Amino acid sequence: MVKVCQSTIIDAPVDEVWAILRDFNGHDRWHPAIAFSEIEGGEPVDAVGSVRHFRLNDGGELREQLLALSDRDLRLSYCLLEAPLPLMGYVASLRLKPVTDGNATFWEWRSEFHPPAHRREELVRLVAEGIYQAGFTAVRDLLRRNGNTRLETRRSPVVAATIPSAGSPPVALAVAPNQAATTRAIVVERYGGPEELRLRDIALPPPAPNEVRIRHTVIGVNFIDVYCRTGFFDLLRPPGVPGMEAAGVIEAVGSAVSGFAAGDRVAYACPPVGAYSEARNMAPDLLVRLSDDISDEIAAAGLLKGVTASFLLHDVHAVKPGDIVLIHAAAGGIGQLLVQWARHVGATVIATVSSDDKARIVERLGAHHVIVYSRENFADVVMRVTGGRGAGVVYDAVGNDTFAGSLACLAVRGHLVSFGQASGPVGNWDIGRFASKSITVSRPNYAHYTDTPEKLGTHVVRFFQALRQGAVRVEAPTRYDLADAADAHRDLEARRTTGALVLVPKP
Amino acid sequence: MTKVYVSSVIPAPAAEVWKLIRNFNGLPSWAPFVAESRIEQNAQPDQIGCIRNFVLRDGGRIRERLLALSDYDLSCSYAILESPMAVENYVATLSLTPITDGNLTLAEWQAEFDCAPDREASLMQQIGNGVFQTALTALKHQFGR
Repeated sequence: MVKVCQSTIIDAPVDEVWAILRDFNGHDRWHPAIAFSEIEGGEPVDAVGSVRHFRLNDGGELREQLLALSDRDLRLSYCLLEAPLPLMGYVASLRLKPVTDGNATFWEWRSEFHPPAHRREELVRLVAEGIYQAGFTAVRDLLRRNGNTRLETRRSPVVAATIPSAGSPPVALAVAPNQAATTRAIVVERYGGPEELRLRDIALPPPAPNEVRIRHTVIGVNFIDVYCRTGFFDLLRPPGVPGMEAAGVIEAVGSAVSGFAAGDRVAYACPPVGAYSEARNMAPDLLVRLSDDISDEIAAAGLLKGVTASFLLHDVHAVKPGDIVLIHAAAGGIGQLLVQWARHVGATVIATVSSDDKARIVERLGAHHVIVYSRENFADVVMRVTGGRGAGVVYDAVGNDTFAGSLACLAVRGHLVSFGQASGPVGNWDIGRFASKSITVSRPNYAHYTDTPEKLGTHVVRFFQALRQGAVRVEAPTRYDLADAADAHRDLEARRTTGALVLVPKP
Repeated sequence: MTKVYVSSVIPAPAAEVWKLIRNFNGLPSWAPFVAESRIEQNAQPDQIGCIRNFVLRDGGRIRERLLALSDYDLSCSYAILESPMAVENYVATLSLTPITDGNLTLAEWQAEFDCAPDREASLMQQIGNGVFQTALTALKHQFGR
């Protein structure tokens, strides 16, 4: 038998959380895995013994029976009657406790079951992460949508392209018959997996006085789009169109806009979301003009990553000739740029990757040492190849899996630049321990380096200059039809990709 | 019967917090209002039935008997034998629960007691806020936040 137990703190009063969880048939309104649920035989939802019959987004059907419900203990227990997975003897319970200090809620979700031995780990992970942790996130999102504003402040910035809320305009899904202008776009109607990325016709009104309309030619795919799709970030509120990077041509200009004209080639890498579309309206403040020698494809594939690499290498830490630089996930989009650019500046570049294939790519880009971190302890290797000195700066967007090792292989007065957490949050660290090497840790946020035309312009000029000089190359991206955005997300999340991914609207 | 319940999130793993809480004679190391403490009769502080005799910073003296201690449930229950507070049948439990998300700890402190009806409100305030929450806040700071 295995036991799974997950618990969290929800920043809302216990009554509000209980009102959501007490509804034994309400999980299809918040859990991202569940498409539809009903109580069999029309029984009351709070009748102990009632059976909920529900369908997952992937088509699987399950039946679960309510075993116990207590409004006194704020506890609910249920067992599985039928499932497409061998969760034999699955009995689960969830309970809430008030956190009086701050008026929040402790939520524990636990279960016991008998998995077949060879699927034990897989099923435990599915239950702990796919059901319980995903459920925690979904209830937080639901409370926020219901107007619990306290939750906003707890959200921590998370990834390289962390951008503070810039509310996305709601998408007009229903197209009135007399409204001729529409465009095809990928619409997320609710937070969830890649299957929530569906091609739809949406209204495209004329641009407002302070907007331009852009017809997209190539659209960039970034990991932040995944976070928007799942609801991890609230930059996108369903129904909404994801995407924050694209290149295209200006098609129409609002009456109050100066400096842009129809026919101009432009690109952007900024909120609000909405790039996964054939055309969109947006304010032109952060549009970048494209010169003839920069193709749409390279701009859409490289602008966000190039600008990020520019401020990471020049502003967050000014890399100098002779510096020892460690770059994690070096075969990824930003990783490849960091390797080439740091090498061009004259630094000694040590790179980590997850596989031999990726190691070959990074070697070709000019890294001096490449470490396959699944095979070797990268911190040990870094100390060895630097003669015990350690790295002067570490660029780490992997997060949980690498953070401790990154600290361990820093030089005295070294700088850890943590700009993402693809493997999970880095957790809590006592900064007192950083004194042992006088360590600096940075947690840069894309917006703070790019949210005005002046700040952004510096990095765009520097990145395009580096492209022209050949200091960095952006390899041709993997192309997907706009309609196949879900496939692009699947590949990105499965780490099947190297370099950039783009979406292309049908001509 | 009057009940008081207070809970806080402590920014440290439950095992670490428990090391501190488990010591029935350890109040002076984390509770800001306790000046000194000893266990009577030379007993061990994890011996069920032992009595802690401690002095508050304001000079008051309290004697409490250890009723239950569980390294499995991470909980500790005790009864007041003597105190300057006018309470009877006072039994309290301090318990910890791991929060897997972030590896933190939920600390719950609850008490049940009898008292004169006109004293109930002020005693609930004194015990809930003045004692339990003050001590849990100190515990949070002890772990760095």
